[in-house]
Order: sequence, then C-alpha cells, then structure tokens
Amino acid sequence: MRAILLIDFGSTYTKLTAVDLDAPRVLGHSQAFTTASTDISIGLQNAMAALEASCGVLDYQARLACSSAAGGLNMVACGLVPSLTSKAAKLAAFGAGAKVIKTFAYQLTLGDIDHINQIKPDILLLSGGIDGGNSEVIIHNAGMLKGAKGDFPIVLAGNRSAQDECADLLKGSGHPVYRADNVMPAMNQLNIEPVAKVIREIFLKRIILAKGLNKATNLVDGILMPTPSAVLDALTLLSKGDKTTKGLGEILAVDLGGATTDVYSIAKGHPTNPTTVVRGLPEPFVKRTVEGDLGMRYNALGILEAVGADTLSEISGLPAEEVAQTVQDYHDNPSVLPDSDKAYAVDKALASSAIAVALARHAGVLEQVYTPIGPIYQQTGKDLTQVGRLVVTGGALIYSKRLETIVTEALRLQEPFALTPKELQISADKNYILSALGLLAGYEPATALHLLLEFFGREEAYAVV
Amino acid sequence: MGKTLVLGVIGADVHAVGNQILNYAFTEAGFNVVNLGVMVSQEEFIEAAIESAADAIIVSSLYGHGELDCQGFREKCDEAGLKGILLYVGGNIVVGKQPFEEVEKRFKAMGFDRVFGPGTPPEVDIACLHEDLADK
Repeated sequence: MRAILLIDFGSTYTKLTAVDLDAPRVLGHSQAFTTASTDISIGLQNAMAALEASCGVLDYQARLACSSAAGGLNMVACGLVPSLTSKAAKLAAFGAGAKVIKTFAYQLTLGDIDHINQIKPDILLLSGGIDGGNSEVIIHNAGMLKGAKGDFPIVLAGNRSAQDECADLLKGSGHPVYRADNVMPAMNQLNIEPVAKVIREIFLKRIILAKGLNKATNLVDGILMPTPSAVLDALTLLSKGDKTTKGLGEILAVDLGGATTDVYSIAKGHPTNPTTVVRGLPEPFVKRTVEGDLGMRYNALGILEAVGADTLSEISGLPAEEVAQTVQDYHDNPSVLPDSDKAYAVDKALASSAIAVALARHAGVLEQVYTPIGPIYQQTGKDLTQVGRLVVTGGALIYSKRLETIVTEALRLQEPFALTPKELQISADKNYILSALGLLAGYEPATALHLLLEFFGREEAYAVV
Repeated sequence: MGKTLVLGVIGADVHAVGNQILNYAFTEAGFNVVNLGVMVSQEEFIEAAIESAADAIIVSSLYGHGELDCQGFREKCDEAGLKGILLYVGGNIVVGKQPFEEVEKRFKAMGFDRVFGPGTPPEVDIACLHEDLADK
C-alpha cells in the first residue's frame, strides 16, 4: 500500500487525512489544536498520535501540507482605476488564497504608506495600467512603496512597459521584488493565474519562514500553499474532471468562519438570457471572494450591520434588542459557543445572513435599462442562478445539522435581481476533505479526482441530515 | 507604437454594426483601439482612457439621445485628470433632422473637439485623427 499524509494547519485545528493511493481510499482523519504561537510541530505531533491510534503507524511516501495558521496570507492590492486594475488585483490575490486587507486605487499617498506600515501585509500586489497604457501611476506608487517599512515582498503585475522602472525604483528598498504578467493586459481582460503562481512561490519560499511555520518542515515534505488555494484546486478538479473522467460541472462552495466568509464559484457565469448585455470586468471561471466584515464571532457585528437587526430578529424569532445584545456578546467574547435554544436561533440567523450577503456580493446583478427599442437587461458579474450544487466547508460545519435550513433562508433573503442560485443541493465537507484532496490534486490528480467524486459526486452526498 | 483610441457607443444605445466598422477601420489605420462596444457609460469611457493612457476618446451615438448622454463628458474628463484629451463624437447624435452646423456648434460648446454627422466615412475620422494627434 502506498500511503500519503495530507495536513491542513488551520487557524484553530491541525487536521490530518491519511489516504491509501492504491485502493484509493481515505484511511482516517484526526485533529488537534494548532500550536502556531509556540511551536507548530507540537499540534502536528498531537494530531499524528491521534491518527496512529485509529489507523496504526504507516509508512507515508509523502507528507503534504497547506496552512491558514498564524493569520493566513494577508495581502494589500494596489491598482489604478477601482473597477478595473484594482479589482483585477484583488481578484488575483483572492485566487491565490489570500485575504485582501486593503485595496488601493490611483496614486498612493504618504497616508496610504502609513496605513500599509500599520497593516504589515505578508505580500503587496502592485498593478495598474493595461500593457502599453498608463505607466505614470504605477511608477509613482513603486516610488512611494520604496519608503514603506518592513521587508514584505512586492509582486509587480501591472503595465509591462513600466515593470523595469518599477523594479529599479524598488531596488535597495528591503522589499524583494517579484514579477508576474499584468493582471489586466488589455482592457477588460483578466489574467490572474500568473500572479497566483508567483504568490504561491513566495508563500512556499518566504511566508512559511516569516510566520515560523518552518518548525514543522522536518515533519512534512512541504507546506505547499495557503488552505484556500487547496480548496480552490479541489473544487476546480471536481468541477472540470480530467481527460478520462467527467467532472461534476458548475459548483459553489462557502466557508463560513469566525472572522470571514469565503465564497468559491467554479462556473462560467454567462447570462442565462441571450439578449442580456454583460458589463464591466469579466470574472474568472474559478472565482473566490473573501468577506472580511462577515464572520460568526469576530465579525458578528459586521453581519448585524449588513442585514440589520430586524432581519436577524425575523429569522431567529427573537426580539431585535435581544438579538443585538447576543451579537454584541459574541463580538466581545468570540470563544462562546451556543448553549441554549435562543443562542442557537441567533447563530442560525447570523449564519443565514452571512451566507446571504457573501453570496450576493460574490454573484453578479441584473439591471433593467430602458432604451428607445424597449427594456434591456444589463448584467454585471457572474450569473450563478443555474448553479445547483453547494459544498459547505470550514467553520460552518459545526452547524451541520441545520445547514439546509440555513442555506434555504440565505436564498430567501436575496434581492429579486441578484444573480445568486435559485435552488441548491447542499453537501457538507465533513472531515475537511476538500483541502486534503486539493493537496493531493497536485500530487496524483487522477486519484484525487476519484476520491472527490466519491465524496461529492454521488446524489446521497447532497442529502444533508 | 500607434496612438491609443478608446472607442464605444454611448448610453443605452445597442447599435453594434457601426462600432465594428470603426474598430476595423481604426485598427487597419494603425491605431491601438480599445473598443468598449455598445451601451458604454461616460465613466466607462473615462476609466478605460485612464488605464490605457489613451490619446483620444471616440464616442458614437446612433439612437438620437446623444445630446443627453454626452452632457458633462468633458468636465468629467477634466475631473479625472484627462485634461485636454481629444474627444470626438459622431453618428445620429440628435433627435430628428436638424441643421448640422447647429448640432456641431452645440457639441463643440460641450467640449468635443470634432463632431461628425451621419454617414461620415471612417477615412474622414482617420484623417482628422492624424492631423489632431500629429504633435501629441
């Protein structure tokens, strides 16, 4: 038997999955608290001990890991026009598995540099201008970033005509410079894979070291990518399949956590109605967004702000004041778990609302425009109305018994012109198999696809209890 | 490298054929064309011109509402830092049949550098572009 160990260093738990590559089948799972603040290898050894207790001592031919420990991968994205290169830069960073803490547009000011000094990003992505287009602003920004504190790497992915000058300006700044192809080489043309690849390289070479996660490297063959990247890889493989096996087609996933809500869509998102005109930056087939203001605990107030106390009150059936108070308590004391029916009702309302808002922001919108030849529909963003499958992963899994009602409620909350799914079958990513198989996808894709289809390809997988 | 033009049909106008002809003609003439297609807002023209460091914005309008759609365009360009960018407009830009001289006057007062009436062949625009962009 060829066995492989797949590790996910999460912010709270270190999760292990052992796979028999020959069968192929999952041999077992285990988890233990992540110990990133002291020595990450302690948590890993604890989880290993638990795994060995259930599947015995195995001779692993590889040990692959992904990580969102020690705060995950935090990035700042800079572009020129907010709706064009700034947005493209943000989408590229999301696609690389990062959390974008701040996006800038136009010329950076001294105040912006101060802000960046305070944020202390892990990586900064500098874009701006299509190829051969505006180079003035990106060159100005490179000059300003020379004065930014710290040694965070800067990825140059803007107008190629300005790359050399930007790199020259940043020489000797203490910020290592990496180059990638422009995130928007021509007007309304998105090109995010090359940047994502460079970000992954930096993650592997530098970020692991900077966060002290390298203490685990003698126990694993490599922390290869941020966890969201692994999840994206798994979903992409599951959706597309390979040369011999058909994939599942278009699919959505949501990861509802304590601090953020992530949405993934593997879908073209083209208009359902052929007469609809599509506007704005085309969106990637593999799209990920992170809502930094929506989370079940640290950002419970963000959810309240986004939907209002009345909505939370309506879903939970509790008075608005009481809901608002509970939300405030969660914010003040994020480690609280629900212990009463009322608390469960508030949690359910928060979960439905966070998923509703995150889905609406991820998906596009349809607008009706009146023209002399009659009304015309105009679409901005992706049309996800026809996507029928949703995998729920991450923190939301603790609500697994209520997932179906939570998601149904989230769909009911959508505005009529939102291009969010109309009907969804829901599957729960029990045991965090997505991130594990995302890692395996880079090692033995055919085996990973086989297992992904076994977990998420069968009809039974979508009957959540 | 050739000069960069941002091209599009303004407002809620969906006339795509003329736009394709202009795109073809300008590209053949050696211009670097950023074509935004139909139903383009003033903001989209301006944002595209910023990212592409365009030398000129060419606005088409075929459905008669051009005068409304074009109002304040020059002021927005100035505000966005595109001071002095060459602005052309052409097509069936007003309602009904009006004397072209008057129409031209009104659009010039709005800040457009050149105004072209219905049926203008692309060669005319191209000649004007060469002339206006010669020293830029």
